[in-house]
Amino acid sequence: MKTVSLLMALSVALVVPAFAGEDLTQPQPPRDAKWSFDGVFGTYDRSALQRGFQVYKEVCAACHGLNLVAFHDLAAPGGPGFTAAQAKAIAAGYKIAAEPNEDGDIFDDKGNRLTRSGTLADHFPPPFANDAAARANNSGALPPDLSLIVKARQGGANYVYSILTGFNQKVPHGVTVPDGKYYNPYFPGRTIAMPPPLNQGSVSFNDGTPTTVTNEAKAVVTFLTWASAPELEARHRIGLQVLAFLVLLAGLLFLSYRKVWHGKPEE
Amino acid sequence: MAGHSNYVPKTGLARWLDQRLPVIRLMNDHFVTFPTPKNLNFWYTFGAILAVMLVVQVVTGIVLAMHYVPTADLAFGSVEQHIMREVNYGWLIRSLHASGASMLFLAVYIHMGRGLYYGSYKAPREILWILGVFIYLLLMATAFFGYTLQWGQMSYWAATVITSLFSAFDQIIPHFGTALSTWVRGDYAVGDATVNRFFALHYLLPFVIAGVVGLHIWALHVTGNGNPLGIEVKGPQDTIPFHPWYTVKDAFYLTLFLIVFLAIVFYAPNFFGNPDNYIPANPLVTPSEIRPEWYLLPFYAMLRAVPNTLLGVLVLFSALLTPLFIPWLDTSKVRSYRFRPVMKQLFWVFVATCILLGYVGAQTTDAAWHLGEVDIPLVWLARLATLYYFAFFWALMPWIGKKEVTRPVPESIAQSVLKKGAVLTKGGEQ
Repeated sequence: MKTVSLLMALSVALVVPAFAGEDLTQPQPPRDAKWSFDGVFGTYDRSALQRGFQVYKEVCAACHGLNLVAFHDLAAPGGPGFTAAQAKAIAAGYKIAAEPNEDGDIFDDKGNRLTRSGTLADHFPPPFANDAAARANNSGALPPDLSLIVKARQGGANYVYSILTGFNQKVPHGVTVPDGKYYNPYFPGRTIAMPPPLNQGSVSFNDGTPTTVTNEAKAVVTFLTWASAPELEARHRIGLQVLAFLVLLAGLLFLSYRKVWHGKPEE
Repeated sequence: MAGHSNYVPKTGLARWLDQRLPVIRLMNDHFVTFPTPKNLNFWYTFGAILAVMLVVQVVTGIVLAMHYVPTADLAFGSVEQHIMREVNYGWLIRSLHASGASMLFLAVYIHMGRGLYYGSYKAPREILWILGVFIYLLLMATAFFGYTLQWGQMSYWAATVITSLFSAFDQIIPHFGTALSTWVRGDYAVGDATVNRFFALHYLLPFVIAGVVGLHIWALHVTGNGNPLGIEVKGPQDTIPFHPWYTVKDAFYLTLFLIVFLAIVFYAPNFFGNPDNYIPANPLVTPSEIRPEWYLLPFYAMLRAVPNTLLGVLVLFSALLTPLFIPWLDTSKVRSYRFRPVMKQLFWVFVATCILLGYVGAQTTDAAWHLGEVDIPLVWLARLATLYYFAFFWALMPWIGKKEVTRPVPESIAQSVLKKGAVLTKGGEQ
């Protein structure tokens, strides 16, 4: 018993952090938002996914790639729920670097890269030709690809949401914001090279959802969570079936165990 | 321990086979009628759980290998694009394999802790214990190689840190360490050659592990199981056949273990992971904090606790090899810590020490606890904990074993179990 209480005291000491005022060199913990995909029954909100796709396409895509996502994914089960025809039309709206033409050229006479319109099999095209071009266009900063952004950041969806809604706050004493940077308390170092991407009315939603920064951010974070984890709905569904089976099996095995060991005292 | 075989082939075909290759007899003698102490508790089910988890890792691993591409340019994409998004149920296989590795280590630590607590390493089970330690070391190497294969930022930099440890030997023989680390990497920096050879080794080692597991079970079946009382089986009254008594018990606890495992796989697939590993490996950008997976953190904390790299590496290797000597470091006549009041306390302090080391390993190098005005640098806690880790095995174990006044050990398993039964029928506790 003594050892148990010792262990408990130790674990309490480990988890209770000691605060001494806000440390401005450290980012604030992300905001806690509610998401439709939280919990064991969580699924994506289809209309939020479609609105989020619109925000990505009209705002984020100017600087950020989405290279792991293919256009056919937009019509796949568990995704934004576009029809195959809609996804095809979306793909056709993108210019994709073309394969060599019959003359073996990939550049036209003026030296421009030949392009063709996208198909369902294509992936979202990158916004810049290469990382150096991306940096040159963004005052030295490299906008990360967003395919895995929600899984690649501590805090996941809440973190991305906090960044997107964390601009335009009063800069506290003791933080200097260099030229070309913006104050954002949720970003490591608290200054970020990305200008505030979302504003009131950055997009106009067809379904009448008010285009507040919060709504835009919620929609695009839902979309990016799906981009990071397109398997989530299948995972949640199969998980319930598997766990239900295992709990039943455990129950039956427990009864067998009791029956077999009946009358044999064990440790 | 298997002793006399009581297998009787029932059909003509079984008789025919038995005279030529008695595999059914072998299975029968070792997994059906095998006499097993009747007092094995919950903590003894982890052996079977580990066997199943090893099979899970091998099967999922072989499927993943069919889709994985071991090159610096394609490795990350073959996991995140191909396996996670294009292969049918690839996300499931990958998650089973990645979280399965952590669950396997969880079971390994419980299994080893159980072996330590009940003195399962003492004569005549020294070889059994040592084979177990070899399996543990091989598992760590395999897990490290596997973690590298994802080729995310943490994979890449963990591989860089670990392989660069060899260069510490430059302090003994100039240039030898660097040459060694270049030889291990196959290049001056971790790259194509490294990921390719790590893949080859990651595929090879599990089969070596399976071989050592075979020896481990063989050794177990020569001496027979230990048990919580730490006394030898005196006769048939102390044992019951493995089947159905322990098959059903192992199956029940295995299912509980699988419920936890699969809840993580389906509802928190990144629970054991590091977000940085979803960023593709980039040799030009060092992550702010490089840390290994949780099961290696205590050793990582020891490495960082020593200011000199070479000494740190030596401490690390000594810590890993120390368990091999336990059978001869423990001088006590009594096996089970249940009857060793002092050793029992020291054991739990040891467990707490390992958890503390793991915690420190996960923090930044300059982290500290602020208690009022006082700052306690965690590196000093790690130093004390490292000291205790070695003192526990090399000083306390031999010393306490001679000095300790042990509690009386029961005459036999049967007698002890009967006494418990009497309490049970009187409606007593338990």
